[in-house]
Amino acid sequence: MAKQRLSDRIPVVRQLRQSVGLQRGMLIAGLVLVAVFVLCALLAPWIAPYSYSQLRGDDGNFGAQQPPSAEHLLGTTVGGYDVLSRVIWGAQTALYVVIVAIVLSVFLGILLGLVSGYLGGWIDRVLVMIADAIYAFPTLLLAIVVAIAISGGQSDLWSGVFAAATSITVVFIPQYFRVVRAEVIRVKSEAFVESAKVIGASTPRIMFRHVLRNSTRTLPLIVTLNASEAISTLAALGFLGFGIEPTAAAEWGYDLNKSISDVASGIWWTAIPPGVAIVLTVLGVTLIGESLNDLADPRLRARRRASSSPAAAVAATQPAAREDLGEVQ
Amino acid sequence: MASEGLAVDIRDLDITFSTDAGDVHAVRDVSLQVRPGEVLAVVGESGSGKTVTARSILGLLPETATMRGAVVLDGTDVVGISAERLREVRGTKAAMIFQEPSTALNPVFTVGWQLVEGLRAHGSRSRKQARQRAIDMLGRVGIPDPHKRIDDYPHQFSGGQKQRIVIAMALALEPSVILADEPTTALDVTVQAEILDLLRDLRDETGTAIVLITHNMGVVADLADRVAVMLDGEVVETATARDLFAAPQHEYTRKLLDAVPRLQIADRALPAGAAEAEPVVEAKGLVIEYPGRLGSPTFRAVHAIDFAIRPGEVLGLVGESGSGKTTIGRAIAGLTPVAGGSLRVLGTEMRGVRERRFRARRKELGFVFQDPATSFNPLLTIAQCVAEPLIVHGRAKDALAARPQVDDLLEAVQLPASFGDRFPHELSGGQRQRASLARALALDPKLLIADEPTSALDVSVQARVLELFGELQERFGFATLFITHDLAVVDMLAHRVVVLHHGRIAEEGPTAQVLGDPQDDYTKRLIASLPVPDPVEQAARRARNRA
Repeated sequence: MAKQRLSDRIPVVRQLRQSVGLQRGMLIAGLVLVAVFVLCALLAPWIAPYSYSQLRGDDGNFGAQQPPSAEHLLGTTVGGYDVLSRVIWGAQTALYVVIVAIVLSVFLGILLGLVSGYLGGWIDRVLVMIADAIYAFPTLLLAIVVAIAISGGQSDLWSGVFAAATSITVVFIPQYFRVVRAEVIRVKSEAFVESAKVIGASTPRIMFRHVLRNSTRTLPLIVTLNASEAISTLAALGFLGFGIEPTAAAEWGYDLNKSISDVASGIWWTAIPPGVAIVLTVLGVTLIGESLNDLADPRLRARRRASSSPAAAVAATQPAAREDLGEVQ
Repeated sequence: MASEGLAVDIRDLDITFSTDAGDVHAVRDVSLQVRPGEVLAVVGESGSGKTVTARSILGLLPETATMRGAVVLDGTDVVGISAERLREVRGTKAAMIFQEPSTALNPVFTVGWQLVEGLRAHGSRSRKQARQRAIDMLGRVGIPDPHKRIDDYPHQFSGGQKQRIVIAMALALEPSVILADEPTTALDVTVQAEILDLLRDLRDETGTAIVLITHNMGVVADLADRVAVMLDGEVVETATARDLFAAPQHEYTRKLLDAVPRLQIADRALPAGAAEAEPVVEAKGLVIEYPGRLGSPTFRAVHAIDFAIRPGEVLGLVGESGSGKTTIGRAIAGLTPVAGGSLRVLGTEMRGVRERRFRARRKELGFVFQDPATSFNPLLTIAQCVAEPLIVHGRAKDALAARPQVDDLLEAVQLPASFGDRFPHELSGGQRQRASLARALALDPKLLIADEPTSALDVSVQARVLELFGELQERFGFATLFITHDLAVVDMLAHRVVVLHHGRIAEEGPTAQVLGDPQDDYTKRLIASLPVPDPVEQAARRARNRA
């Protein structure tokens, strides 16, 4: 068998090459949306016309609730900030939260899941019970409690980011824990783990060399799905007023909150841009996650027809022959 | 039309699958004819396209497949007909018997409901009539008290009875052809013999044609009228069963027939001095139990048995599923705790042993698992896997340092050293099982436990692996516990045989004595049920057994 090409082994690139048709379209759409989001976040200082906390330009104050114009492409908010700048800077805050939340929850969740699943016994029972208890808690309520505990509700950029990220982490750890634990329990009974036991390998060696690497297949999928949930949780926190001060960082949820009164008075430009930003980012990340999910499962993965063979020519003249071959075995 | 009077007429069938690795041409220009009332066996090794060919008769191919050619089923060409028409054909003209009866039945419905469901899906029987017909069918396939048992759920039947019910479902609508895909592979030999008898009787009574897909030449000899041999998607030989076994034409058919293990009943002498030496494994009154779930009693898998394995001896442990043979092997390897009695392995008492104390002994113990596909970590290369015992026991620092030794081991099991850089999935089943043997022998063990090491392999591959195993055993002189359900395999290797039945020893003794002159009723039955790969002899034996 020929060596796999490098491009076939990088996670997302491999799936992109595998995909066809609608699934490929979904994946590409997701990738483009996420790329735009990440670029906005990284290049915010250069592409945003103003700073997120800027209230006045060269010719005085911006003024509140100004309609879109040449100076302010998307107008200004009730607080007198430039809407476009805050939307672009908001991407940066969202990206920070996603990264911090995922890094914190992935490591802890995987470690706990591995220990719990492989060792079993009372550790397993206690951890599962705690995970279930956290599951039963409403996510947003928990996030609010954590946000208040960490920062007293209002805060600067980093404690705001950490408050949001930690609250999301607490909710996500049980998810990683559950998924990894289930995989570990499945892998644990596989013959290759038993063969490692028979050889006399120590428990940590079996856990980390043989079990762990075989239990992480579904993680990229959960990471993407959780990333989108992290963004919506951050936005919800900001909307409820537990977010970050406008002077510390830009935050879409906060801007949405402040634009509620504008909607009634016909001022559309303060509410729609941050809303659209949230929707598109969550949509992009979710599209990637869903496509990865479908592509990971050979039964859900669409394939190119066996083409360029005589069979394809016959099948092309008899569409029913291809479509009605019956169920999958 | 030329296909008149034929139950199935397959002409120039060509099937291609599109997969991630590109197109796979699974079946090439296959033409087969099945006459009414005839049993056509399609034999071949895994990947030969035999199952795909048979499934195409029912249109049961995944949507990644493209078909060309014609499959005429009792006058209807099923290639390219609509889903609606295909549904009508299924059941009434062709039906299927699956390999694993426990998964072919829906566990949450009674068997009666499932039979009635099939009957009412085709035709306009009333519920009452359908139920009466279902009871008749169950009685006909040999289920006792069918009017009571019709309301039982699948788990209340044994494996053999479940396969009978699946056959009843297939026959209920009197199809002109039945596809039997490895119908007895998942069953024990004694049950297999009953199911084969049943299929033969039903064929005689109803005149249904049967397409039998199997890799077991004994089953072919027992049941088939004609045989088609497939290799790499092509039919290489078609002949009547008698002619095929007597005078195979194609080279591949000859190879296939030669590889089939037969009972030869050869005596093998123990290595000198072994009989007096301290046994490597000694069980006295060994009891192994599995704790039951809350409320149900503990399940006793092994009832107070005694046996011993001397150094350099190959002990064959034979039994059907549920006899406790695998449990004993696992207990010796320390994977299952011992509940009572005594089990001494390499000088360590296994009852209540701590893993920490036994770990040092593990380098003297090798284990070969049943399924080579799952016994390797899929993310490590073969060299890394084989090096694992060397690293764990401190003989080598890492996989790189162990490489020269690994290459020697691979050579000993007749694999090229370059295979060390491949991943397990890049090897065939036989190659993987040889690599598995290399890993088990890495530390030059005194005892090897082989749990059904060849049952997942094709016959020709099995023959090579067993041959290699015999050579290595003679060369290195390790004692072996060889666990298997196949008497012919034991016959090839073992010095002594222990026959297990429901966790008790039915018979024990030198191989030639147990297989040649069995004393116990169960052993006799086991040997009598083993189909002989020779239609003439098998027919004679059948007549004798019936008398």
